[in-house]
Amino acid sequence: MAVKDISKEIQQKVEQARASKTPLNISGGNSKRFYGREPVGEVLDVSEHKGVINYEPTELVITARAGTSLIEVEQVLAAENQMLAFEPPAFGKSATIGGTIACNFSGPRRAFSGAARDYVLGSSIINGKAEQLHFGGEVMKNVAGYDVSRLMCGAMGTLGVLLAVSIKVLPKPEVETTLVYEMSSERSLKKVHQLARQSLPVSATCFDDSTLTIRLSGTEGAVKSAHQLLGGDISSSGLDYWKQLKEHELSYFNGDNDLWRLSLASNTPILNLEGKYLYEWNGAQRWLISEDNDEKIRKEVAQHAGHAVCFRQHGKHEDVFQPLETDLLEIHRQLKIAFDPDSIFNPGRMYAEI
Amino acid sequence: MSSHCEHEHTFNTNRDALISALRQVLPDDSLLYEKEDLRPYECDGLSAYRQLPMVVAIPTTVAQVQEIMRICYHLEVPVVARGAGTGLSGGALPHEQGVLLSLARFNAIINVDTENRTAVVQPGVRNLAISEAAARHKLYYAPDPSSQIACSIGGNVAENSGGVHCLKYGLTVHNILKLKVVTVEGKLITIGSNALDAPGYDLLALMTGSEGMLGVIVEVTVKLLPLPERTQVILAAFDDVVKAGTAVGNIIAAGIIPAGLEMMDRLAIEAAEDFVHAGYPLDAQAILLCELDGTHAEVSEYVLQVRDILLNSGATEVRTAKDEQERLLFWKGRKAAFPAVGRISPDYYCMDGTIPRKRLPEVLQTIAELSKEYDLRVANVFHAGDGNLHPLILYDANKPGELERTEEFGGKILESCVAVGGTITGEHGVGMEKINQMCVQFKSQELIQFHAIKNAFDAKGLLNPGKAVPTLHRCAEFGAMHIHHGEMPFPDIERF
Repeated sequence: MAVKDISKEIQQKVEQARASKTPLNISGGNSKRFYGREPVGEVLDVSEHKGVINYEPTELVITARAGTSLIEVEQVLAAENQMLAFEPPAFGKSATIGGTIACNFSGPRRAFSGAARDYVLGSSIINGKAEQLHFGGEVMKNVAGYDVSRLMCGAMGTLGVLLAVSIKVLPKPEVETTLVYEMSSERSLKKVHQLARQSLPVSATCFDDSTLTIRLSGTEGAVKSAHQLLGGDISSSGLDYWKQLKEHELSYFNGDNDLWRLSLASNTPILNLEGKYLYEWNGAQRWLISEDNDEKIRKEVAQHAGHAVCFRQHGKHEDVFQPLETDLLEIHRQLKIAFDPDSIFNPGRMYAEI
Repeated sequence: MSSHCEHEHTFNTNRDALISALRQVLPDDSLLYEKEDLRPYECDGLSAYRQLPMVVAIPTTVAQVQEIMRICYHLEVPVVARGAGTGLSGGALPHEQGVLLSLARFNAIINVDTENRTAVVQPGVRNLAISEAAARHKLYYAPDPSSQIACSIGGNVAENSGGVHCLKYGLTVHNILKLKVVTVEGKLITIGSNALDAPGYDLLALMTGSEGMLGVIVEVTVKLLPLPERTQVILAAFDDVVKAGTAVGNIIAAGIIPAGLEMMDRLAIEAAEDFVHAGYPLDAQAILLCELDGTHAEVSEYVLQVRDILLNSGATEVRTAKDEQERLLFWKGRKAAFPAVGRISPDYYCMDGTIPRKRLPEVLQTIAELSKEYDLRVANVFHAGDGNLHPLILYDANKPGELERTEEFGGKILESCVAVGGTITGEHGVGMEKINQMCVQFKSQELIQFHAIKNAFDAKGLLNPGKAVPTLHRCAEFGAMHIHHGEMPFPDIERF
């Protein structure tokens, strides 16, 4: 497996960019180029900075350079019967672990096991002053200093270049079963909330069209007894369904309209927006394919205290993420200055102001 | 050194002006400034550090907190927020020139949402009170620091508190959704949301564990979990602590994540047994407590597997609690370990390092050697599953010089944790106590980055000044005797 440390070269390039005030477009596998606002600046390729630095199965932690392929990380873990518990989507074979963390992408297990940010234990970064810094570590509990490693999750490279990340990993479940139920979206939401209040080995739920799909994960006995309790038919597509769901390969995701990701309290009622829906995470993540305009979508979602991301755009959108209110935007601006005073990292990739 | 990053922490507060301004916004019973009234606030759970504040403000409304912050911002007065005052690192140690802001009266549970499985609570609500309120819905709040009967949720967020169930259920940061925070300027902001994520940077993670340095928490939305169908505890005895440590690794290697996995060494076992009569084996060098929870079926399967693993790892005895009463008794000894040690020594000092678990034998060896060197006994209590070590150093504060010796010994233990790739604090926070050891764990550029973050929220440096992140000057003084990762620390600044 490929191993290479080019942190010094990356650092030099950041130093040069800083001196010449050249914006940098940080790029790993380039699989998430579609996500966020339009990348600008000179490409800073970090894909050659790769390799698993340390993996200790009994310590439940893996440390890998940011350019390490996500598939490789998952293979290394699978060989020890372990996994990334946040089940990240890759959106392409070239996806890297760095890009995954920078986007905080998490899959179907998220509502039950946590997001990428929940599993990050430590990071090495280069800040806007071209300094190589290290935060957190490889231990489960660490409250020394501010939690910079989690702050990097979802910051889309706007605060620094990720060089390496340490991630908590978990054992793979012994057994998994996928169950399907024919029912309406209202009844599905009701059912998943009822299940969530019980001690059950549910690890994913999805409602698409008129089918509720539920995954059970755990010991053989636990999955068997939960299936007896819940009833339902075993899905013919089995576990492939969840892979297709997270990679947006289900037929739902086909088409030429904008794909919106709506993040809401799980018990938010059916929204008053036209379009095709797919519900994940017990209703806390809803995909919407709609012809409604941005303003209408954001307004409806904001009314329910949620936020909307234009996940895949087919038209032009000024904002991809839900605009921040003034005081929060100011904190974002100040944090950007704290990490990247010359604004060289992915400027405008997340919000125009940072 | 970057000039905007350093605050000298010297303030010159006009006491009369401060009191008269605060009296405009607070009723008489919410403001204390006579010396005898200030006394109860002079320390938190780390009583070795004491300092009287200039005034104590005990507001009852968020609007009052905002007013207090506006006044202090305008007058440039430092503010130290305080919850239940149970913290163990001096994070709520008052500032002599400042306001001690007590959130104790914010003690209402605003709502429990059973469908979304969340609770909205004020910061002064006790940790255990949340689970008690949720219990009738068969829900609970997972993080359970050992002080949970007294500690408040606001303090838990400020410290990113853990507990005995972290390995499976995470820390505070994994179990909260939303915060309402009053900024240093007195603005009320909302961080996070009722959804599983929020737009923008992960300020929720940044705020959690920030030790009162970035804002004042005035409301917390926590996640609730369904109570497990069944919980079971296994007690295993070992004639060697190293074997107990290996057993922990073997359980995890088998693909089992216990709800709790605790280790105690001989001195801790003796003290606990003497105190609560939990039935611990007194001839053991170490015991492990392994809690398994989940559905009936999976707990049954795991109990059998874990018993086998423990026996194969060299346990001299393995007992499964025969009923709920015995399960609670097994835990009682562990939960009472600190006060139990308090009975066999006039004073004890609790350390909080975390290490990669496989380095346990060498760290325990180092602690044993230091114990001889400093001539002070140590009882070890260990969150074995997640590598969080709580050595308790036994000392007598009335013997001249013994506290100083104890602190030096403690500092050395933390430095040995850093040396094996661990950290100086797993769950108690840096506060005032471990400020010097921060210089060992972080290099100067990293500390400057922390100061820059602080500056983004609090440019005047009024919130909890002097805590959590040391100035480079402080590190230079301390660091003169220390080497970081084989390099001389702070080569760029003047030596004293």
